Amino acid sequence: MDTATPAVTVALHDGESVVAESTQVDARRHGELLLPAVDRVLKEAGLKLDAVTGIVVGVGPGPYTGLRVGLVTAATFASAVGVPVHGLCTLDGLAYASGIEEPFVVATDARRKEVYWARYENRRTRVTDAAVDRPAEIAEQVAGLPVVGAGARLYPEFFPDARDPEHQSAGALAALAAERLAAGADFLDPLPMYLRRPDAQVPKNYKVVTPK
Amino acid sequence: MAADEPLVLGIETSCDETGVGIVRGTTLLADAVASSVDTHARFGGVVPEIASRAHLEAMVPTIERALKDAGISARDLDGIAVTAGPGLAGALLVGVSAAKAYAYALGKPLYGVNHLASHICVDQLEHGPLPEPTMALLVSGGHSSLLLAPDITADVRPLGATIDDAAGEAFDKIARVLDLGFPGGPVIDRLAREGDPNAIAFPRGLSGSKDPAYDFSFSGLKTAVARWIEARRAAGEEVPVRDVAASFQEAVVDVLTRKAVRACKDEGVDHLMIGGGVAANSRLRALAQERCERAGIRLRVPRPGLCTDNGAMVAALGAEMVARNRPASDLELSADSSLPVTDPHVPGAHHHDHDHDHDHVHEISKENLYS
Ligand SMILES: [Zn+2]
Repeated sequence: MDTATPAVTVALHDGESVVAESTQVDARRHGELLLPAVDRVLKEAGLKLDAVTGIVVGVGPGPYTGLRVGLVTAATFASAVGVPVHGLCTLDGLAYASGIEEPFVVATDARRKEVYWARYENRRTRVTDAAVDRPAEIAEQVAGLPVVGAGARLYPEFFPDARDPEHQSAGALAALAAERLAAGADFLDPLPMYLRRPDAQVPKNYKVVTPK
Repeated sequence: MAADEPLVLGIETSCDETGVGIVRGTTLLADAVASSVDTHARFGGVVPEIASRAHLEAMVPTIERALKDAGISARDLDGIAVTAGPGLAGALLVGVSAAKAYAYALGKPLYGVNHLASHICVDQLEHGPLPEPTMALLVSGGHSSLLLAPDITADVRPLGATIDDAAGEAFDKIARVLDLGFPGGPVIDRLAREGDPNAIAFPRGLSGSKDPAYDFSFSGLKTAVARWIEARRAAGEEVPVRDVAASFQEAVVDVLTRKAVRACKDEGVDHLMIGGGVAANSRLRALAQERCERAGIRLRVPRPGLCTDNGAMVAALGAEMVARNRPASDLELSADSSLPVTDPHVPGAHHHDHDHDHDHVHEISKENLYS
């Protein structure tokens, strides 16, 4: 599952192929959409959660609030069912899904006129750490490269060669994870990749709950 | 404790405490809390994003600790309860997501419940079943309300509330003016014990005969105290911190207890429950006791650890929902930062509770989760 981008995406993978997948794009309702999507995917496969042998979660980078929905859900499932949870960089899922086998870039929307991005040698090989920057600041570094993800669509003046997919797919993320599991490769800890420090401001009346 | 009483796990993440409690009926089995208050201290208040990040880190370890403390297996639970609101949107969402995942993974019913109703219901763990109706005074950093609850699972009526600052906020702000750090409640309580509560006559907000009988206002008091301190400092005089703390605290608890006792008399209720973080204040407890005794009202205040935000209070209300066959929430349950106190729980869309009328139009706040 991955909730680090506007896509709320869940898939079930049996080690060889995607058995079922649900992907909904709605930046405002990650919390409401995720569990019903898990339920739909499992029902489609005729399985219950305890049939799952591992959970893969996109750790971002992504805007905080939505990102946490997937991570806390994955961690809680893992604790309840007693299976491991594996973290993958969200950008790696998009890269894998692109199928591109030459150098390219993945860029997603980081809001505040910035993108989360990384460079790839090919669909399986990331060559830079994920970062958050303004498109203008990285335009020179990525010049001439195809760009996968929603970031390319948002800033066509800096990323003219936009490629699919635009949105994250848990099916692709799970397929990548299945390959890595079979190869005995490492995973990230299932911890959020925020890339930004919290806005440390105490809002006025931070918890006004006056019933009226 | 009867073995057939509902066994419920409750999750609370509405502010800066990650709380997981487990109760059987009205018996407390576990109360695990992880707090991020120290991280917020240097900002002088709760920073929402810092609280949300801390909830994510603490969530699963706190659930596992509560289960271990209670000595039960998650399989034996009869339900999972969670604070659905009100509170900080991003913080609530961590708990709601965890509760939904836990309930789904275990195949247990989910109960999204109201934070304020939970603050009242927690007293069942200390003093047994709540009398019906219960009069409750809830005072904390986020709320100051007088509530009448004929049925804590279905019927909670607001009689009055603060029109500006919450009582706890006033403590925090005065502590800041006096350079006493955050949170302000415990340190002011401690210093006030050595001060004279009658040293300075600070104003009692909304206490006139024409003022709303059950509403509170602490903003004018806060300004009056700050002005008094600043005048002393401007004159080069030393500020008598203990007397200021005692006199300020007296002004707050005088109004709170006076209005609560009056509400009991007006409504013919012979019990008063006081909850929320400020209910840990020793002078509030003492003055409430004194005035309730004089008025023939029985006072119920949970021990301080149950007054501050915790998971046990959520579990207590969840257990009552199970015991009274209230409909469960569904998997679409969302965090609602402004959940009205008149909604003690959030039943699923397929169930409608016709026991009471909803006299408000309630829009779930659709805050942008992608920010
Ligand atoms: Zn509270």
